[in-house]
Amino acid sequence: MGGHAAFIWPALGLTAAVLILMLVATLYSLRSGEAALSRLKATREPRPGRRSPAPDAG
Amino acid sequence: MANLHRFANPNRFLRFSRVILPWLAGITALLFIVGLYYALFASPADYQQGETVRIMYVHVPAAWISMFGYSVMAGASATALIWRHPLADITARAAAPIGAGFTLITLATGSLWGKPMWGTWWVWDARLTSVLILFFLYLGHIALSRAFDDPTRGAKAAAVLALVGFVNVPIIKFSVDWWNVLHQPASVSRLAAPAIDPSMLRPLLIMALAFTFYFLTLLLLQIRAELTHRKVRALQLAQASAQ
Repeated sequence: MGGHAAFIWPALGLTAAVLILMLVATLYSLRSGEAALSRLKATREPRPGRRSPAPDAG
Repeated sequence: MANLHRFANPNRFLRFSRVILPWLAGITALLFIVGLYYALFASPADYQQGETVRIMYVHVPAAWISMFGYSVMAGASATALIWRHPLADITARAAAPIGAGFTLITLATGSLWGKPMWGTWWVWDARLTSVLILFFLYLGHIALSRAFDDPTRGAKAAAVLALVGFVNVPIIKFSVDWWNVLHQPASVSRLAAPAIDPSMLRPLLIMALAFTFYFLTLLLLQIRAELTHRKVRALQLAQASAQ
C-alpha cells in the first residue's frame, strides 16, 4: 500500500464497521418489533375453547 | 404522483418492500463485490495521491450519500408537513440515523486521507466544517424527533429542523467553488468531462451505486421497523384503554 497502509486499512475497516453496525441495529430493531407485535396479537386472540356464545334462537 | 400516493398506504408499502428488499440486497452485495475488486485490485495508484486514492472509493460515495440522505429526509419532511402522508414522517425518521452513519464515514475517512496527503487530520475550512454541521443536523433530528411524549409533535419539530438545515446541502456542494478551501474542487459532477481517469472513475461509480443501494436497503428495513413499532404502540394503547 505504498507506505500508507496505516491509513488505508483503518479507513476501509471503519467504513465496513459502520455499515455493518447500521445493518445489525436496523435488523435488531425490526426483529424486536415483530416479536413484540406477535406477542401482543397472541394475547388479543380468543383462547381456543372459549368461544363467544351462539346467538339465542329465541 | 398517483403511483406515489398508492405507496403512501403503510400496508401496501409493507407488501411492496417485502417483494423488493431481496432484490435490493442482492444487487447491493453484487455491486460491493465488483466495486471492491476494482477499488482494491484492478485500479492503479494515483500519480499524486499514490495508494491513498483507495480511500477515495469509500470517502466520496459516503459523502454523496450523506447529502442524498439529507435530501431524502428534507423531502419527506416537506411532504409530511404539507400533505401529511402517513409514511413521510416515518421515512424522515428512518433516514436520519442512516444519513448520520454515512456522514460519520465521510468525516472519518476524509481525516484518514487528509493526514498523509495534507499533513493534518482536520482543518476548519468551509467544506469540512459544513459536513460536520450536516452530521450535527442529523444528530439534532434524531434527538428532536424522540424528545416529545407526543410523537406527532416530535415529528413536526424535527421536520422543521430538517427543512431549515437543508440550506447546508448546497453550501457543502458549492463550498469548494465559493471559498478558498484546502479541499479539492469537484472532479466528477461538473459540466465538463470528469477530471478522473476512467480506470479510477469506474470503481468510484460502482462503489457509489453500491452505497446508494445499501442506503435504500437500510431505509426500507428501517421504515418497516418504524411501522412495526408504531403498530405495537397502537395495540398497547388499545389494550390499556380497554382495561
